[in-house]
Amino acid sequence: MTALLDIADVSKWFPAGAGPGAWARLKRRLSGGVEKLPKVYAVDDVSFAIAKGETVGLVGESGCGKSTLVRALTRLIDVSQGSVKLGSRELALKPARVFARDRDRARIQMVFQDAGESVNPRFTAFAAIADPLRRLRKLRGNALKERVETVAGQCGLPLQLLSRFPHQLSGGQRARVGIARAIAVEPDLLVLDEPTAALDVSVQVVVLQLLQRLKKELGMSYLFVSHDLSVVRLLCDRVLVMYLGKIVEAGPAAKVFEHPLHPYTQALVAAVPRLHETASRLRLTGEPRSPIDPDPNACRFYGRCPHGVDACKTTMPALDAFGDRQVACHFAESFLPQPRIAS
Amino acid sequence: MTDLAASPRQESSLTALVRHSRYVLGENPVTGFAFALFVLIVLAAVFGPHIVPYDPLASDTSEALKPPSLQHWFGTDQLGRDVFSRVVVATRLDFFIAVASVALVFLMGGLAGVAAGFFGGWTDRIVGRIADTIMAFPLFVLAMGIVAALGNTVQNIVLATAIVNFPLYARIARAEANIRREAGFVEAARLSGNSDWRILTFQILPNVFPILVVQMSLTMGYAILNAAGLSFIGLGVRPPTPEWGIMVAEGAQFIVSGEWWNAFFPGAALMVAVFCFNLLGDGLRDMVDPRRRT
Repeated sequence: MTALLDIADVSKWFPAGAGPGAWARLKRRLSGGVEKLPKVYAVDDVSFAIAKGETVGLVGESGCGKSTLVRALTRLIDVSQGSVKLGSRELALKPARVFARDRDRARIQMVFQDAGESVNPRFTAFAAIADPLRRLRKLRGNALKERVETVAGQCGLPLQLLSRFPHQLSGGQRARVGIARAIAVEPDLLVLDEPTAALDVSVQVVVLQLLQRLKKELGMSYLFVSHDLSVVRLLCDRVLVMYLGKIVEAGPAAKVFEHPLHPYTQALVAAVPRLHETASRLRLTGEPRSPIDPDPNACRFYGRCPHGVDACKTTMPALDAFGDRQVACHFAESFLPQPRIAS
Repeated sequence: MTDLAASPRQESSLTALVRHSRYVLGENPVTGFAFALFVLIVLAAVFGPHIVPYDPLASDTSEALKPPSLQHWFGTDQLGRDVFSRVVVATRLDFFIAVASVALVFLMGGLAGVAAGFFGGWTDRIVGRIADTIMAFPLFVLAMGIVAALGNTVQNIVLATAIVNFPLYARIARAEANIRREAGFVEAARLSGNSDWRILTFQILPNVFPILVVQMSLTMGYAILNAAGLSFIGLGVRPPTPEWGIMVAEGAQFIVSGEWWNAFFPGAALMVAVFCFNLLGDGLRDMVDPRRRT
């Protein structure tokens, strides 16, 4: 398996607040001091790869940096650090606005969370789907029309709806427009940013089935961002669990959900509502630590972690391999299923 | 080429617009009245000089200061000119000044504001400071200053009225572009290979445009008042030319002696025009507001 997308040590930080005033900054700069502004570490040192044809899930709570990460790797925003490789080509060095007109732009596409908001209210469904084909494939006239109709057909969008505006479409139809637009240029990697979050449960299933079928037909890789664990478990080969800008656990979806090794994943899995409560569930208390200039030597989960000890405060656990999975926890070994220690 | 796809799309949006307009008119009949007035004003502006009963410039001192009668519906002024003809003929000039200045400020303010809202940073700061500077003046005094400095020609009145309205347009356009800058469809457009300029022109502008059109109609009344006001204080169009502001100014001298019609009728025309544009703006806002769309 060769990696389709390989990202290494990717970080994205944003300036937090105004910092010191302009005058103080100028004085410090004149006196030769190094300027150090507080930063939000939205994504901190993240590495992973997506193989061709693979479906990778990315889960994590709101605000953990999922959206920033996918925007960085779809090259909608620039990364602060690290490498984003598509095949053998390094993309991180190209500014986002230059990459917009790159020949590889078509290879990474994205389906947005809220289809109602991601289709321009002044564009018909046809115009929305045709836009990437016009810009990236230079299709015009009949060729364009044919291609749009083919894609709409693939996505189960009735052709007579192509002349409608978004507000004249139902949520499911809008989602189909968003998917059709993304697959129109035949991308290799399709990033799905919570594609079903805004939909009714009944429509969710249909859209997920559609995505599954398209993946088989077109041989795309998926990066599936979601906080719906059951959906991720169902669709994904591999899953990445993110907490406060870092990946805390990665591995085959079935294994990760069956025997989560990181305490955060354990809490996440325990939070899925079940009909028959057997054991007392693991609950997290407290707030996540601040993502503004976090202590590089403390585990990000320290403070909320039920297993945290002093060592977690002084040593940041690395993302270590355990068989075919990776976990960033000092005690991951003790959570392994076989040598279970009865406490 | 794309006709097959384009024709049903245009037809459906056109019929939808007609249907929606009818709904708005039914809900708010005043808008219909405003539209009727607007059509009347446009007709007067276009055909005025050809349909009036008298030459608006021909004086006849024997007929001076006659009250309204069947011959002279609005009476005659101090030089015996027919006030009705003058009021109707003046429509063209006043309407032209209003339309031209509003169109000018629509282009200047709209584009500057959209660019400021979309690009942010320096563009935003520069446009914002220009708008602030203009707003710091009492607007009518600023208009007076511009016309006094550049000379009182019709072009300069148009320019002054446009500059005075600049902050309003720039700010509305800025706000509307700014909230759409991070919208999902903008990100999607970027993924589709659109440059910033293309996104600005083809994604953001079509969304901001209708809001500015409403603003155009609302400021049109103000533009007419502004033009008439400049003429009223003698900084606008020069006297023999029929213009509502001058006519009110000249007629005002005769109100004390009881010849009210000289100032009343051009003033009433002014009021009706401003009233009409304001009502029209309200109606248009209802029409383009997506939340009121069915």
